Amino acid sequence: MRISWKWLKELVEFEKTPAETASLLTMSGIEVESIIHREHQIEGIFAGKLLDVFAHPSTEKLKVCKVDVGNNMVLNVVTGATGLRIGQLVPLARVGAVLADGRKIYKTGFKGIDSEGMLCSAEELGLDPDKLASEEKDGIYPLPGEICPGEDIALLLNLNDVVFELGLTPNRADCWGMINVAREVASLTGGKLKLPTVTDHGAGAGDSVKASVQIDDPQLCRRYVAKIISDVHVEDSPLWLKARLMNIGLRPINNIVDITNLVMYETGQPLHAFDLDSLAGQKIIVRKAINGEKIITLDGQNRNLNNDMLVIADALKPVAIAGVMGGLESEVTLKTKNILLESAFFHGPAIRRTSAELGLRSEASQRFEKGIDLENTALVAERAAELILEIEAGKPAHGYIDSYPNPEEKVSVKLRKNRINEILGTKLGTEVVQKVLEALNFEFEANGDSWLVQIPSYRRDIRLEVDLIEEIARINGYDKIPTTLPRGKMTQGKKNWAQTVRAKASQIMSMQGLYQVLTFSFINPRHLDQLLIPEKHKWRDVISVQNPLSEEQGIMRTNVIAGLLEVVRKNYNKRNKNIAIYEIGKVYFNDTFLQKSALPTEKYVLAAAATGHSEKTWAYPILEYDFYYLKGVLENLFKNLGINEEDCKFVHDKSIPFLHPGRAAKIFIHQQECGWIGEAHPLVLENYGLEQKTVLCSLEIEKVTDFATENKLYREIPRFPALIRDMAVIVPDEISAAEILELILSKGQPLLKQARIFDLYKGKQIERGQRSLAFSLTWQADNRTMTDEEVNQLHENILEALAVKFKAQIRS
Amino acid sequence: MRKKLIMLHKQALLELQNCSSLDELSEIKVRYMGKKGELTQVLRGMGTLAPAERPLMGQLANEIRDELENKLSLSLQKIKILEIERRISHESIDVTMPGSVTKIGRRHPLDTVMEKIEEIFIGMGYTVEEGPEIETDYYNFEALNIPRDHPARDMQDSFYITKDILLRTQTSPVQARTMEKMHPKTPIKIIVPGKVYRRDDDATHSPMFHQVEGLVIDENISFSDLKGTLLSFAQQMFGAKRQIRLRPSYFPFTEPSAEVDVSCGVCDGKGCRACKYTGWLEILGSGMVHPRVLEMGGYDPERVTGFAFGMGVERITMLKYDLDDLRLLFDNDIRFLEQF
Repeated sequence: MRISWKWLKELVEFEKTPAETASLLTMSGIEVESIIHREHQIEGIFAGKLLDVFAHPSTEKLKVCKVDVGNNMVLNVVTGATGLRIGQLVPLARVGAVLADGRKIYKTGFKGIDSEGMLCSAEELGLDPDKLASEEKDGIYPLPGEICPGEDIALLLNLNDVVFELGLTPNRADCWGMINVAREVASLTGGKLKLPTVTDHGAGAGDSVKASVQIDDPQLCRRYVAKIISDVHVEDSPLWLKARLMNIGLRPINNIVDITNLVMYETGQPLHAFDLDSLAGQKIIVRKAINGEKIITLDGQNRNLNNDMLVIADALKPVAIAGVMGGLESEVTLKTKNILLESAFFHGPAIRRTSAELGLRSEASQRFEKGIDLENTALVAERAAELILEIEAGKPAHGYIDSYPNPEEKVSVKLRKNRINEILGTKLGTEVVQKVLEALNFEFEANGDSWLVQIPSYRRDIRLEVDLIEEIARINGYDKIPTTLPRGKMTQGKKNWAQTVRAKASQIMSMQGLYQVLTFSFINPRHLDQLLIPEKHKWRDVISVQNPLSEEQGIMRTNVIAGLLEVVRKNYNKRNKNIAIYEIGKVYFNDTFLQKSALPTEKYVLAAAATGHSEKTWAYPILEYDFYYLKGVLENLFKNLGINEEDCKFVHDKSIPFLHPGRAAKIFIHQQECGWIGEAHPLVLENYGLEQKTVLCSLEIEKVTDFATENKLYREIPRFPALIRDMAVIVPDEISAAEILELILSKGQPLLKQARIFDLYKGKQIERGQRSLAFSLTWQADNRTMTDEEVNQLHENILEALAVKFKAQIRS
Repeated sequence: MRKKLIMLHKQALLELQNCSSLDELSEIKVRYMGKKGELTQVLRGMGTLAPAERPLMGQLANEIRDELENKLSLSLQKIKILEIERRISHESIDVTMPGSVTKIGRRHPLDTVMEKIEEIFIGMGYTVEEGPEIETDYYNFEALNIPRDHPARDMQDSFYITKDILLRTQTSPVQARTMEKMHPKTPIKIIVPGKVYRRDDDATHSPMFHQVEGLVIDENISFSDLKGTLLSFAQQMFGAKRQIRLRPSYFPFTEPSAEVDVSCGVCDGKGCRACKYTGWLEILGSGMVHPRVLEMGGYDPERVTGFAFGMGVERITMLKYDLDDLRLLFDNDIRFLEQF
């Protein structure tokens, strides 16, 4: 909503600068989003009358004009403009003038003739070309005949104004009308209101009027006022009216439409003018549309209507979509002789539904949606009629037709002083409260420590006591409310265990060198194909978004991998070839939620991706970001979350569609499947345009939460020293390290405390299909120092068992 | 013998003086003081002396021996220090070479800020609550006093899954869920961090973003408590000198409602480009819980009152780190992430 400062000053008398006023309004909840200063945008431009126009003696391209600028002064002006005629009124920028774009005008000679000014176009005056008709846009801006030479154009066109752009919250629908903004300013400044006076001629339009109004749906149309105006001359509006509209961002159309728009901006009540003679039977019927009915709206679009939509119909057909837009057929045109001026109250939610369904929002629908003043309907019609009479655009009938089946009862709200202070935490006294109510111009009856406040019909947002309490706080100033802290029972602030584990896991991941990323929860469905996920797989059990912004965000993700691979690719393309990232976020499964009348399933996962290698350093060799790197990261994660190493198992698995079947594992903690890890399938790499081996993993972090713990018990540090022995064996490839370790540990019981693999070798000296694994074994007894002989024997036993079970050979 | 002793003494002292290594030193020790050392030999020859000479010679020999031993140990000290110094002089390293520990990664700045917000409120006694991101229309709107066709729905254009199920547009539905779970118990003191979704995508809006919601319900909770709580938050989040300012606003689930601004840290509230010359930066929305919301949650608005607030974590993050483009937060460019 745009507010003209000059207009505001006409409606309320007060002593504040625009900046002060803007700040007052903003601090009372009517946010002034921007202030457009136009005061000195153009200067020194005056109306001039062309007394003579003749060709420049030296060139055909230029013309010389004799311009009457008032005060018996005639100036010589050279111009390149065409289509000029003698007697025409033009805007003339005299020497020293400033144009809207900042240019200054000097006395200039054109091939021997001095020019004492410049004729201006609309743009040079600072008018918005979007709000102009084409004949006004191009060439010299045409001034209407009622102007005298010498008048200041800035004043004439209202160009030396300040305009506020208001950002209104939906509750303050009343401020969609200037008058209510003026009321607000009066409340805030103590200024005096000077609202236009309107004579209410009362209901009853007289015998000469044959038009009638019938409301079929009194719930959706609570009131309909029709004012008949005859002898209408539709033409361009007078300059002041055009100027006022352009100033607040509206495009002048013709005098009738311009008056309805002006009055709508003035009062907040949308008006619509019908060409009365085009209404069949001169009838207005407010009813629901019939399915299949159609209407061509003012914007030329053919609209299909249905029986949820309220329309204005004549005896035969819809002539307007109620509260949204009029129909083309009943439009006011240059030929219109009689009009029916509609001022009505339509049900906000219904208008909102209709306008949403048609994808058609208008100045009118926006106001109806939020609610307008039900008691002002007739007066607004009278106001518009008066203005039409004033500009001699038509003759209003004496009264009006008022169809108001269920008049609204006056609303009064009880306001208790102690409740105000309870809610606000203040100690406001009776006097302060009454002063605010008076400033707001609300009538009230005091009753001890409470008041019965009459709510004016234009404040439909005030229905409860708290609404009034907000008014008190707002007008008195939020800054006057003290600053305290809640004093109730003490509470222990906390996170639950799942939240704690997620935060801890994130910390552990980042401390290991991975970067946390954040990708969107919705993904492009094509990712499911790119990830080779087969039909009916659980990762295809997706939830689709009905109205995504684009296909890119069409479905809710069932895993985080698509997002991570995109991040890898984007960084890779920016020449960052070594990437290790993780994300903690939700995945979403459909889980036939509709049949179960439940919500879809949401689960937190921790997922990671890595490609390339660790940063090169001078100190030690680089670390490949491969399967074992990521596995190590997870092992550290588990350990730091208090999960014992021996309770975590990585089991080779070929079932995850987007992983390399030879390089993938499922992760089990305490025999519970918790996630997976593996190298991306070469086809997936290709689908994502990745050239490098990339490893991926994902954990259902909620399952991990169940096993994570902060409880730890001290174990006594052994009193006797440990003996550490290495052992290297050559084993066939198909025997897994885990199997070998398991056998070693079981054979070494109870004195073998730890067995750790520290070397893997394949190649020279080792047969194909075999590998050499080196173990470091830690032997320890609780009650004595073990001897070499004892350990040698145990060592032998293990080697023997390995040879028997796995055909292992000792590597010397 | 006396001559011999004096000569040995002189000779030994000279050798000690010229000695420069531990090896030489032990050689000297053996040569004079060892079992077959020259001084030892002389002392052994004491028996051949006349008895009258013996005490004198004995005394002299002992004096010489003591002195030599003394000198020897002094030399030993000196030479050790020399040797260490010599070794040290070859062992210098370039301390400016970088350390040899693997680099650590980084948390996402948004997550860091979210955690910071959580910490501040946990410190004030709030419990962290969560709720579903795919939410019913009832909890997302109706239970928050936003019926269908309410104009306030314009403020939040939603992504729908079905007619009644949508991606939550705010973390506020958890208010309603918590009240339903807790009523009629008091106090409720929660914050709700999480993802929310709206159909907006430009330099200042992302279709997915993050909010932290707060709700307090108890007896005697007032607007002034809200003010104090938010002042404490703003000062912990942005610095002890920051001030806050509340402006009347509108949210369907609070009344009175307020937008909250924090004084600009760049200019100390004097006005600069960052705050568009107002001295203030908008950080969150808040208000007293609407009586209808309390009623729907099972509480009697005459008995308890409450306040609620909600902030955009992106906004706070951008203010905290002086980011000028929201999209940086979702680009996941490592060069961006490694700055935090």
